[in-house]
Amino acid sequence: MAYRSPVALAVVLACSLSAQCGQATEGPEFTVYAPDYFASEWGPGPGIEAGFENTCGCDLQFMTGDVLPRILMEGERTRADVVIGLNTDQTARARETGLFAPHGQDVATLTLPIEWTDEIFLPFNWSETAFVYDETRLPDPPDSFQALLDAPDDLKIVIQDPRASVSGLALLLWVTAVFGEDAEQAWEKLAPKVLTVTKDWSESYGLFTRGEADMVLSYTTSPAYHIVAEDDRTKHAAIFPEGHYFMVELVARLKGSDQPDLAQQFMNYVLSPDFQGMIAEGNWSYPARLPADQLPQAFRDLPRPQKTFFYPEEQAEALRQPALDAWLRAFAG
Amino acid sequence: MTLEFRAARVTLGDFTLRADLTVPAGARVAVIGPSGSGKSTLLALVAGFLRPDAGAVLWQGRDLAPLPPGERPVSILFQDQNLFPHLTVAQNVALGLRPDLRLTPAQHAAVAAALQSVGLAGMGGRRPAALSGGQQGRVALARVGLRARPILLLDEAFAALGPALKDEMLDLVAGIARDGNATVLMVTHDPDDARRFADLTIVVDEGVAAPPQPTGPLLDNPPPGLRAYLG
Amino acid sequence: MATGVRRLIPRRWSGPVAGEIPGGGAGAVVAGFLAVLILGTLAAVAWTARGLSGLGPWDLRAIWFTLWQAALSASLSAALAVPVARALARRSFAGRGALILLLGAPFILPVIVAIMGLVEIFGRQGLVNAALQAVGLPRFSIYGWQGVVLAHVFFNIPLAVRLILQGWQGIPGERIRLAESLGFSPRDIGRHLERPMLREVLPGVWLVIFMVCLTSFAVALTLGGGPRATTVELAIYQAFRFDFDLGRAATLGLVQVAISLGAILLAARVTLPPGFGAGMGGGAALRGPAGWRVGADVAAIALAAAFLIGPMAAVILPGLPALGALPADVWTAAARSLLMALGSAALTLVLSVALALALDRGRNRWIEIAGMLPLVASPLVLGTGIYLLVREWVRPETLALPVTVLINAIMALPFALRALIPAARTVQADYGRLAASLGLRRWARLRVLTLPRLARPLGFAGGLAAALAMGDLGVITLFADSDRTTLPMQLYLLMGRYRMQDAAGAAVLLMAISLALFWIFDRLGRRLGGSDDDA
Repeated sequence: MAYRSPVALAVVLACSLSAQCGQATEGPEFTVYAPDYFASEWGPGPGIEAGFENTCGCDLQFMTGDVLPRILMEGERTRADVVIGLNTDQTARARETGLFAPHGQDVATLTLPIEWTDEIFLPFNWSETAFVYDETRLPDPPDSFQALLDAPDDLKIVIQDPRASVSGLALLLWVTAVFGEDAEQAWEKLAPKVLTVTKDWSESYGLFTRGEADMVLSYTTSPAYHIVAEDDRTKHAAIFPEGHYFMVELVARLKGSDQPDLAQQFMNYVLSPDFQGMIAEGNWSYPARLPADQLPQAFRDLPRPQKTFFYPEEQAEALRQPALDAWLRAFAG
Repeated sequence: MTLEFRAARVTLGDFTLRADLTVPAGARVAVIGPSGSGKSTLLALVAGFLRPDAGAVLWQGRDLAPLPPGERPVSILFQDQNLFPHLTVAQNVALGLRPDLRLTPAQHAAVAAALQSVGLAGMGGRRPAALSGGQQGRVALARVGLRARPILLLDEAFAALGPALKDEMLDLVAGIARDGNATVLMVTHDPDDARRFADLTIVVDEGVAAPPQPTGPLLDNPPPGLRAYLG
Repeated sequence: MATGVRRLIPRRWSGPVAGEIPGGGAGAVVAGFLAVLILGTLAAVAWTARGLSGLGPWDLRAIWFTLWQAALSASLSAALAVPVARALARRSFAGRGALILLLGAPFILPVIVAIMGLVEIFGRQGLVNAALQAVGLPRFSIYGWQGVVLAHVFFNIPLAVRLILQGWQGIPGERIRLAESLGFSPRDIGRHLERPMLREVLPGVWLVIFMVCLTSFAVALTLGGGPRATTVELAIYQAFRFDFDLGRAATLGLVQVAISLGAILLAARVTLPPGFGAGMGGGAALRGPAGWRVGADVAAIALAAAFLIGPMAAVILPGLPALGALPADVWTAAARSLLMALGSAALTLVLSVALALALDRGRNRWIEIAGMLPLVASPLVLGTGIYLLVREWVRPETLALPVTVLINAIMALPFALRALIPAARTVQADYGRLAASLGLRRWARLRVLTLPRLARPLGFAGGLAAALAMGDLGVITLFADSDRTTLPMQLYLLMGRYRMQDAAGAAVLLMAISLALFWIFDRLGRRLGGSDDDA
């Protein structure tokens, strides 16, 4: 990197500090709160931004960070027009704020494994929790959740903390759904196999790819990444006959948006083939409305669970604390 | 033109020093007494490192109390650390003219002349560490000469030097004091220094600084405290 | 008594020239600013939550775990650092300076990078377990409280070695020559020179490490093994992120402040005032004793080097190949992080000089405590508090970079002060009278005396601040903005997108820049401050 003049260097340095260089999109600003992974170069964000700006005549700005805490703190004064990337464990508190407006989309056409009736929060992609393994290291994986519990304790798994991560919470609900009353005993059998509990998914997955753990709490769609991006067909999600827990990411528009038309337009765009087509290989999960035959081959080849659990909002909220207490007792009691 | 301790008293912990005395202008005065008797404390009152709890220290009838050390009519030399090791010899001398070291050409010339006067011509670019102990003393004296303050305090300034070097330094001091008509207070352990250098001597003992007396008779016939100290 | 008074006068003439030093007023301003910022943000969070909420049994367990892991980590780090520092102090060998620099590196390593490295060495598939297995010993698990302590010791031994080594080098040359002339045996030297020095230095070392471990977060999360190893900072994170219970977060933040202040007061009671006084600066080094102690010193240095450098090498080797193929965004983020790190370093230097100068008169204990405050603050509470305070007036994302720079600067402050305060006091003790008698005041004194004499600790402090800022993940996800990601954020994003190979490359880049920043600042300080041979 040889800069010809100090001025050129100064411009480059200034640009690295400022977001404004080189992207002069015309039109009104349209603000979308999103998790950082979504809006990053490695996520679907940039493609979605370009796609929407093609038709909206606006300047879409992603504001990244913890979406819901930020909305809760900002309340009525939020500048967000739309938020994307909420999870089902957050919808109850988000709904309580009364800040969100109906999405106005026809949810009957969604391609989800469960029925979706929510009028405010609109799914844009989904997957299920699953334990992912590497067949070269674990040639004989447990073939059911019960088999996992019964496996010898030197089978090591890494999971995420339900108090800090969405996937960790999904595991709580998954175990509750599968084992019901016996959930606490299930945790007690699982606990010795848990190598460590990480804050979020990426740390768990990092430990798994380093060979520290035999299985990692991840998603049924995780193997698709390795197939598509690395041409590696050794990573698999263990599919359990007991069923898997549904994980979905949601988008919603703000009632108080000063760009209601654009917000509505964005909700329409979310379910458009353009947006939905970017999801599989952008967010490594299933699009919320895309016929299976339009999925990339790697996704079409993924094994599907026979059963997908999902607790509606109120039920999940009610289960959360007792399940968390049971988990804490098993792991720290 | 006198330096006066007017019923001055200072207390440090459980130690108290009292001084009620007058030093005539232009006098060269030795300050002598046992270790820990308060000789340095007496000088610190003049230099401004300490202020009297009671009484006053006056120069030409003016109370020195409001003046910070740097604004007093005083130069002081310590036993060590008279020079800043990170500054050059010339810079150390120049501090006597301008603490911020922003010198005019004329001031640069004055610094060079001061160095020449102590026999260190051309050594202005060196660091103190590159000089001998005697040379370091001369640098400090060059600065004293340049500052030309009417009071010069020597706090065992040359105690670490050998006898020949020390005599040489004292001669230099005497010259500088004469040129500037300065009043000199010199803390020393060595009665010979006092005899050689000072017309008057202040004895400090048991927390009291006595008024100056002619050095010769005092040392020939010392009071009991001093006698014990001199042995 | 008599000698005591003689001592008192030259060393501590503090009263009459207050205001001589420009830091006098500025230091108080900085200290006040820190107190307002750190306690104010806590208040803002509590205010928004309409009060504090009570703590549950799990919170109490988190507090208990936090306390004992921090105490254990601090004790181990300090104890293990002593033989290493002694070996480094009394042996000279080729590459000693470089080794000291390298041994300092883990402290400035980004947490996530360090954890990667520790797992490579101590993990289930790591070298240590492979070796244990080969000789038939039981395996060691890094996951659990022992992993948390191991990681904390890894991070903090460098700091402890550095501070204790300074203590050894601070033993006046006269004292060492005297000991030699009296024919002291190593045991006598230990009793008369080393033990008093350690008695003076260790409480401060222990306190700093204890407080660093108190607010530790990511380490406990990844290596803790589960909820048993929950720290207070993690509980704060959960309160924010998961329950959105600001009241609980504020209560926990307050608990953290209370624990830290308790530790500061405790340490203040057992800390002795420096007893050696300033030497003449004639740098005499301890002569290393012969015999079995040579072997012991070699072993101490070798073990420390293996323990500290091994995990770093384990990150570098696999990451190096990925370095060339890093996506352009990573490089842009690296440039942005670099500029921010420089900004933080500059700010740290200004703030810490102001504080150190106010402190060099030895009077204002509360200023010293204010300087420690950043260690007690929960970064999460701080970030959220600032967000709550500024959101009325400005769009938070426009503040993302300045606030990150500011917070990183403040977070590095306590470490910068550790290096600066003793040096500032020495300057005052050695040259205070001379400067005062020459009328060196304010800016002239700063320029002619203070800055040149403090150049070395300033270089060290600047390097530390820059490196710590470089590796910081950004205390404030609330302010973040996808167009202005920093290098550590990119590293996380890459991991979050399955791109572990790129992440390994980014980790190497991050580590290289952090170390280079530290090295350059430290070098610069040494060059400007006149060169002795080492730290």
